[in-house]
Amino acid sequence: MRYLPHTDADRQAMLGVIGAKTIDDLYVDVPRSALLDAPVDLPHHQGELAVERALSAMAEQNLSGANAPFFVGCGAYRHHIPASVDALIQRGEFLTSYTPYQPEVSQGTLQMLFEFQTMVAMLTGMDVANASMYDGASSTAEAVLMANRVTRRHRAVLSGGLHPHYRETVETYARYGDFEIASQTLDPDGVQDLADLIDENTSCVVVQTPDVMGRLRDLTALAEACHAAGALLVAVVTEVVSLGLVTSPGEMGADIVVCEGQSLGNPMGFGGPYVGLFATRDKYVRQMPGRLVGQAHDSEDRRGWVLTLSTREQHIRREKATSNICTNSGLCALAFTIHLSLLGEAGFTGLARLNHEAAQRAAERLAGINGVDVLNETYFNEFTLRLSKPAAGVVDALAERGVLGGVPLSRLAPDNAAVKDLMVVAATEMTTDEELDALVGALQEVLS
Amino acid sequence: MSDRLYSKDHEWIEMDADIGTIGVSDHAQEQLGDVVFVELPEIGRAVVQNEEAAVVESVKAASEVYSPVSGEVVEINEALTDDPAQVNADPHGEGWFIRIRVDDMEQLNDLMNEEAYQEFLAELD
Repeated sequence: MRYLPHTDADRQAMLGVIGAKTIDDLYVDVPRSALLDAPVDLPHHQGELAVERALSAMAEQNLSGANAPFFVGCGAYRHHIPASVDALIQRGEFLTSYTPYQPEVSQGTLQMLFEFQTMVAMLTGMDVANASMYDGASSTAEAVLMANRVTRRHRAVLSGGLHPHYRETVETYARYGDFEIASQTLDPDGVQDLADLIDENTSCVVVQTPDVMGRLRDLTALAEACHAAGALLVAVVTEVVSLGLVTSPGEMGADIVVCEGQSLGNPMGFGGPYVGLFATRDKYVRQMPGRLVGQAHDSEDRRGWVLTLSTREQHIRREKATSNICTNSGLCALAFTIHLSLLGEAGFTGLARLNHEAAQRAAERLAGINGVDVLNETYFNEFTLRLSKPAAGVVDALAERGVLGGVPLSRLAPDNAAVKDLMVVAATEMTTDEELDALVGALQEVLS
Repeated sequence: MSDRLYSKDHEWIEMDADIGTIGVSDHAQEQLGDVVFVELPEIGRAVVQNEEAAVVESVKAASEVYSPVSGEVVEINEALTDDPAQVNADPHGEGWFIRIRVDDMEQLNDLMNEEAYQEFLAELD
């Protein structure tokens, strides 16, 4: 029995009102290839034990980051998460209180988000940060929309070093939004000058550091070029731990800084849920998307927290809101905040140093292999190798040998022939000497 | 009596040749409460009669400011960016929003003079 109360006549009446003929008309925007034309072919019910065995057998076919030498990065990073993070975020006071609709009742949630915002502003070198967005990619797209509002211009310049998934997210926003995109292609041999692409219609230049190949960028000159042309500089950071060692984008003159915050407190989890960081200068705060917690004082002068500048948001400004995002990644932001609190400033810098040292060890060992060149002149915890064979095949061959060796750039940029032989390798505080031995051995074998 | 003209949306316009200065009425600022932010259009933008020309944000709400007549924005009151409270303190003077070059003087006939506007307000109560 199916518990759907509507009769066929009810459904026809509802479809008639909205001008659709059949239920399928509601799915016209879903690509055909993603639609099923028949019920999913699942076996009939079985006992719990049998189901557990069947699912375990399927899971065992995976080679996971938890039980294989692991060097995959490119936007999601394997870091240690202290057990206390999980224990604390599961407290009922945190776990069950979703976006507070009578926010000031939930002072604990607001205080946590205020701490989060403070940390993000300090990390990025900016004045003000919001209470988080969905992930780094959606933050990047929101940053472009914000730059369009601030400058009243409608053309975004995207660096070739921007993660292709981030670029695609911005393109999705552009498809139904009122702006153009000028994209560079990824150039493995050098960093192209973005300043040439800036014109009088340019609202912003979006540049990632470290970029998708792991290269660090000094943004100072680019920030000056943007400002001279009346455009904003949007800096994107996919590995937030890098901010423990590298000069912050804010100090280099960025106007908006967006980051993927997964690296702190959040597991890779097949790509989500993650937490997008979003920070900017005070003067642009009214054009910033997302929720914002502010510190206030009550009638007895006690410190408290409020949701502030809500008039930017959808529940008040409706279609004229700064964003259609009217929530935040609360639990992931909490995990981020707890992890960073546990680390403290010295601990965070130490963690960043461990990451860089691990990458240095890896780069030195890998550079010694025949058929491997390390392309990077600079890197934080990931770098790009040029291999003597196409990287996609090498990565598969490494996986057959039980090693998750890196990301073939051809997977992210399939149309760019210049990246066919390139593999991005990440190392973190989790990377052991044994893992590195396994990668070096397997890579020697595959390339010989 | 001033030659200020009013719309039913509580904006006023005062003409100097073909240039009209636009603001919100004293009644409007009172209804809004303390104004905390004003978003103004860019100079050169075409505004359309009874359509949004600016946004005013108070502690209570964010509201659109409609242009009482069509025209092109020639000047904006930048001072409101730093001191939006001028809208409350002096709505008919320092609290002005924009100046536009009016497209069609005939549209002014759709508006009310001071006396008609006061009657209009009295009817609202």
